[in-house]
Amino acid sequence: MATLKELAQVKERFVGGHRLCAGCGHGISVRMVLNALGNDEHVVVGCATGCLEVASTIYPYTAWNCSFIHNAFENAAATLSGVEAAYRSLKKQGKLKEDIKFVAFGGDGGTYDIGLQSLSGAMERGHNLVYVCLDNGAYMNTGIQRSSATPIGADTTTSPAGKVVPGKQQPRKDLAAVIAAHNIPYVAQTSISSWQDVHAKAKKAFEVDGPAFINILSPCPRGWRYNTPDVVELSKLAVETRFWPLFEVENGKWKLNKKPKKYVPIEEFLKPQGRFRHLFAPGNEHIIQRIQEEVDQRWLALLERCGEKPELPPR
Amino acid sequence: MTPFNRNFGQGRSREGISPDMNWRELTKAGNIYEPGNANTYETGDWRTIRPIWNKERCIHCLICWRYCPDASIISTDGKFDCFDYKHCKGCGICANVCPTHAIDMISEDEIDKQKEARRNEE
Repeated sequence: MATLKELAQVKERFVGGHRLCAGCGHGISVRMVLNALGNDEHVVVGCATGCLEVASTIYPYTAWNCSFIHNAFENAAATLSGVEAAYRSLKKQGKLKEDIKFVAFGGDGGTYDIGLQSLSGAMERGHNLVYVCLDNGAYMNTGIQRSSATPIGADTTTSPAGKVVPGKQQPRKDLAAVIAAHNIPYVAQTSISSWQDVHAKAKKAFEVDGPAFINILSPCPRGWRYNTPDVVELSKLAVETRFWPLFEVENGKWKLNKKPKKYVPIEEFLKPQGRFRHLFAPGNEHIIQRIQEEVDQRWLALLERCGEKPELPPR
Repeated sequence: MTPFNRNFGQGRSREGISPDMNWRELTKAGNIYEPGNANTYETGDWRTIRPIWNKERCIHCLICWRYCPDASIISTDGKFDCFDYKHCKGCGICANVCPTHAIDMISEDEIDKQKEARRNEE
């Protein structure tokens, strides 16, 4: 594992001057992922429409200090597939000598919902690219609308918490498992709370021959309504409460990367966030209980997949 | 009418582009030919609180560098060098992740007041 001293000397591929909000999780995640590449490696980045794209490439400026291709909401994976296929052809004809990596960044809207079929296609065709999903749990760019990554009970503008309906009613989609079902060489779920974890997974994903998928929890201070500087604590709580387990699937083999030592109730993760504030009002306890049951159930299923004893951490 | 030129604007730098130009004068397909030119766009004036580095307490662990969303912590030879106040948006993450509390967040108003007081003294 490289140290931060070494990593800080790698060229910056996502420079300052982009128009993401102060403290945005996307900026941190993207810098961490691209930092896993060496100084002399070439990379082509594509972005699904979302906060990251509209904030980083406002004409005539670009925050990408590498090749970047602009495309629509639903086809980041399809665009990168095309670019990668063209690259392979040029290489075969001897017109290109360099090795080039391909990485697509999508938000949860452009990955879980709108871009799912193009992503599935790219994974199935086996293109040599890395798809990184920056999951902030709603369509933050257009004003916090619910997506299939939004957790139960979250207050968004299209699942508003009111007197009758307390926020979103459906549990979130488990996308990492959906992509793992494509039997691709590498799938991982990670969180910025541990930069070592993100770095190691990004490195593996870039090195793998074939498609790789990384799902990163990328907190959004505007949409989640937490205190902006607490981004790392909050991501840590997401892992500790098992809301966002860290795992990887290498060639169909599931592996758990972090097992919390003790049982941390989901309230710890919900409390700092304004989008869950209504759940702590009297009469809404049953929703917190439902979220907890959902989290525990998924945790047990994950342990079983990873070949570990399915049991909850000791209280 | 000007005939359509497939290569219009090829290689033109950001300086040559202004909002009053029509589409024929802009670069082809809205291409940008300078990677990372957002560096010349300053987001520092978004800031309401300013990070101040405390040299004595800094252990150069660079965790702040790792967690800065704006690449606004400049390191030289693997050591903390300075803040890039032209791009820092004052989110306060660096001060929060610092294990030795070597970064203080001070309100910009406070800094302005201090500056003015100093000017009045002179």
